[in-house]
Amino acid sequence: MFRRVLLAVLGLLVLGVAGLFAIAWRPAIAPIDPPAPGAFAADRIARGEVLAGAGYCATCHTVPGGVRYAGGYAMRTAFGTIHSTNITPDPQTGIGRWSEAAFVRAMRSGVARDGSHLFPAFPFDHFTRITDQDLGDLYAYLMSREPSAAAPKPNTVPFPLNVRALQAGWKLLFLRQGPFTPDRTRDEAWNRGAYLAEGVSHCGACHTPRNAVGAERRDAAYASALIDGWQAPALTDANPAPLAWTEEALYAYLRSGATAEHGSAVGSMAEVVHGLSKLPDADIRALAVYFADVGRAAARSGDERTVLAGALAASGEGTRQETDRGAGLYLAACAACHYNRAPAPLLARPELALNSALAGDDPTNLIRVVLHGVGTDDGIPGAMMPPFAHLGDAEIASLAAYLRRTRTGRAPWPDLEAKVAEVRRLDTGT
Amino acid sequence: MTRLTINDRDVTVASGEDTPLLWVIRDELGLTGTKFGCGIGLCGACTVHVDGRAIRSCITPVAAVAGARVTTIEGLDPAGAHPLQKAWVETQAPQCGYCQSGQIMQAATLLKDFPDPSDRDIDAVMGGNLCRCMAYVRIRKAIKLAAAQIGEHHDG
Repeated sequence: MFRRVLLAVLGLLVLGVAGLFAIAWRPAIAPIDPPAPGAFAADRIARGEVLAGAGYCATCHTVPGGVRYAGGYAMRTAFGTIHSTNITPDPQTGIGRWSEAAFVRAMRSGVARDGSHLFPAFPFDHFTRITDQDLGDLYAYLMSREPSAAAPKPNTVPFPLNVRALQAGWKLLFLRQGPFTPDRTRDEAWNRGAYLAEGVSHCGACHTPRNAVGAERRDAAYASALIDGWQAPALTDANPAPLAWTEEALYAYLRSGATAEHGSAVGSMAEVVHGLSKLPDADIRALAVYFADVGRAAARSGDERTVLAGALAASGEGTRQETDRGAGLYLAACAACHYNRAPAPLLARPELALNSALAGDDPTNLIRVVLHGVGTDDGIPGAMMPPFAHLGDAEIASLAAYLRRTRTGRAPWPDLEAKVAEVRRLDTGT
Repeated sequence: MTRLTINDRDVTVASGEDTPLLWVIRDELGLTGTKFGCGIGLCGACTVHVDGRAIRSCITPVAAVAGARVTTIEGLDPAGAHPLQKAWVETQAPQCGYCQSGQIMQAATLLKDFPDPSDRDIDAVMGGNLCRCMAYVRIRKAIKLAAAQIGEHHDG
């Protein structure tokens, strides 16, 4: 009896391993000799450059100050730190020996040339939507970059999650392969926007919350998520911005990095805007059309004039000395740049009463901007904000509490001082 | 090494990336019109322009202005004859003068954004520029005088 059970268990085990192998095994694709310079037509490279901008590939595949596309950028995930790979055509450490078929397979199904499974930190769940022609152009662009020898840094994903074969199971559960399917009931601009957003621009990778094993939750598309230490706001009608994100607002924001009525692209979103700068106006317009629909802007935009008037009345708050510690700090450190008056806020004076960083449930974005400031290249063109990390946790907390109280009708943020300390700690990695 | 433009002059500065812009301006570039007050961005004495807008140079790391256009009080007007500077003289706004270059640089951004500033606009935008001589009343007068002169110039 015992022996029979043992045999059955062993048999199942063998079947299981064989099954996993059958599911997980992918053949290597034969290496090629790196394509010679000039192997790709100039128009393909040019189109690929636009697509690489649309996907802001350089953001994750470059370390700050490092060689573009040479990888090594650390992505801190709930499953350990994953370092991006070298996607320059270096034959040893990059993708120099990858054929176009190998590149397309990686983009479509997250499998490297050697047959190993890639972690979904690489958003192949989005890139699978990209058309053959666009993938080919991207390949042409990347393979024509200057090769750079840079070995990928080791990841810190713990066992058993680091077993790449297990990714096959993840894919079985969560990866829906296949190109983008247009919605015939929508117009061309909407479909173009959706194609870019769901595919190469992989907007959901940041804005959609993930489940326990790191897959985007289909039931909560664009419902906001915490990523890279930033709160990626909801792009649905749950977005907390006091004024709706209309098509015009989205266009201005994605094109220039800021609007006077909503705020500035900072952190990872600033990188997105830099990437999107390669796109023609029509594509930015298409993205705006798509997300104005996702966010139900038409249904939301109601009493804009009242909202604006209220915000600008609040903007003058704190311009006289008050006993509130946060008010004093605001007047001394913030009002010089942030004060606005009726009838309209100025683009160069980010209006905090209209900013989703102040209106959201989570104060992370506000705290991070106060700590780190905003660079000259990010957000509003031609404007910067210095970092205020030298202020104490209690000071920044009092400032945040003051702004929330005087400029939004929302409940106070709880435990602000601890939150400031936490954000500071995460940023310095200590 | 950081490259930036200071008063329309391209410079490469050797100070470390974290060095506050104020010390680069004063110590490395020798432009001492910009003053050190509090060192924590809460008094306004160190105000300069980055790409045409007032910022506190004491808390701005020089790396943050790489490639940017920095203007100090020395560069606001080549002849020192900006309407604000003329109004400052006319109203005899300063007493000890220490905070004044910061006041003027901040006021220049104020007038750019609000060419006809109300008392409330002046209080809000200039509230972060402290003056220990309490010259606030004359500063406000000088700002209004400069605004009127700029307005006349534009209208005429």
